[in-house]
Amino acid sequence: MNFLSKKSYIAWYFVIPVVFIHLFVIGIPSILSLALCLTDWSGLGKINYVGFENFIELFDDRYFKKAIFHNILWTIIFLTVPVCIALMCAYLLTGIKRGQMFYRLAFFFPYMLASVVNCQIWKYLFHPIHGLGGFFESIGIEALASSPFTTKETSLYAAAFVDGWHFWGFLVVIYLTGMYQVDNHLYEAADIEGASKFQKFRYITLPMIRPIFIFSLMIIIIWSVPVFDYVYILTGGGPAYSSEVVANYLYTHAFVRFNVGYASAVGTLMFIYVIFIVGIFGLLRKLGWEI
Amino acid sequence: MLVSNFRRKEAIPNHFILILFALLAVLPILVLFFNSIKPFSEFGLNPLGPPSEIRLQNFPDAWIAGEYTKIFFNSAKLVFGSVLLCLAVSLLAGFSLAKLNPKGSTVIAIYLLVGISIPAQLYILPLFLLWKELSLLNTHVGLIIIYSALNAPFATFLIRSYMIRLPDELFDAAKLDGANTFQIFFRIALPLSWPVILTAGLIIGLAVWNEFLFALTFITDPNFKPMATILFSFQARFENNYALQSAAAIMMVAPIAVLFMLFQRRFISGLTSGGLKE
Repeated sequence: MNFLSKKSYIAWYFVIPVVFIHLFVIGIPSILSLALCLTDWSGLGKINYVGFENFIELFDDRYFKKAIFHNILWTIIFLTVPVCIALMCAYLLTGIKRGQMFYRLAFFFPYMLASVVNCQIWKYLFHPIHGLGGFFESIGIEALASSPFTTKETSLYAAAFVDGWHFWGFLVVIYLTGMYQVDNHLYEAADIEGASKFQKFRYITLPMIRPIFIFSLMIIIIWSVPVFDYVYILTGGGPAYSSEVVANYLYTHAFVRFNVGYASAVGTLMFIYVIFIVGIFGLLRKLGWEI
Repeated sequence: MLVSNFRRKEAIPNHFILILFALLAVLPILVLFFNSIKPFSEFGLNPLGPPSEIRLQNFPDAWIAGEYTKIFFNSAKLVFGSVLLCLAVSLLAGFSLAKLNPKGSTVIAIYLLVGISIPAQLYILPLFLLWKELSLLNTHVGLIIIYSALNAPFATFLIRSYMIRLPDELFDAAKLDGANTFQIFFRIALPLSWPVILTAGLIIGLAVWNEFLFALTFITDPNFKPMATILFSFQARFENNYALQSAAAIMMVAPIAVLFMLFQRRFISGLTSGGLKE
């Protein structure tokens, strides 16, 4: 397009507002954070340069290590459970004619709801007396005798469950879009060969939706880094750090203890990790991985 | 539509599994709805089922207890302010990236793409300190600016990918008629782009309505809090009054449910467009 090629500076006027507002809110504070991670600032008073001391301290901090471990667990859970369920549901959806839209809306609706609402729903349902716990007890099953959010062994998984419950419908829709693009003749050919349902999925559907599939994995890995709402609202990272995640740990240091330097160091590590993941997927794409 | 005969005979077991998962998705929300119209006294006997007696009074009760007239306006202000500001800057940028191709526009596109993947935790603390300096803490303007910036990259790309498909001939013709760039933008690009404006507006509005982290951090004065963080404190305040809690939650869900029924396709395509490549 060149209908304005002579006055290309006008084109810049149009982009300036978005660049300005984005730099103001995200760009510059991010750079500040990358700088502050080398200081011991507390938000007030003098800023002392301390080099990599924050990072050295972080690698020695067992709560931080615990939080990282929980984020890794979180990532693994999300890479498996919702992905498998969503793949299955999307595949089953392509095989039916009636009720397509109904299922799609039902699966997707929780994704539209606020984290506070979803957390409230499940806090109630997992309540040992009022929710499902009472129901199970009345039919003689001792499940959910205490809330999984306040039990050390289950708090992280319970929070992940609620987040996953809200998220998986999104994956269904994404996979479904990919599956509709698969050429029907491939399935017909497979039928003539006598392929089973699972074989068709494994050898036709999955390879054909690979770009979308790989992309969804990347999104999950990236989105598992800043996980905050569900942990903060449901468990607050507890009990006894059993569900602590990196974002919540940072939040505590930033807004409860005002360790600006330390919190910035955590943020910097999160950022480096995300850029690293994006870089890896970009590299794989360059190497001809078709993603 | 891909539905062929060869798989129709498998449809019944498919439905069976799909219904199970649909129930898993919908039943918890239905329980919340039941609880919002259930008398408080009924919770002990009937915690999960539909109410034996419908009590709509829960809603006015929750509305008054949570001072929702004020809170609702707070959220509405944030939603409309952010949608307007974000759409304004994103439409300008999307138009430029789609049709004007300024030199170096790839740099901007890459900057915005990186911007999308930066975790909020990296910049939230310096931003907080900056907002404190500028006295923007506890103001809606401050939060509107943040929400606009957060959603602008997504909106810009959505608008760009729509505008890029508008026929170039229209723009060339307008240019020959002597229209300047701003006139072309307002008279041609904008009127033709209303579908994407609607989609982007809905998605931004939804994101702002539901947002938690920034609302929690930047607004601490209860008079200025939006629905999301008020509901959070409401849950703590009325810990055991599930009727009130559920009514408050339903008040937050209702506008979204209505809009979702009206604009399902827009919501779904808009929300998943970030996850799909062109």
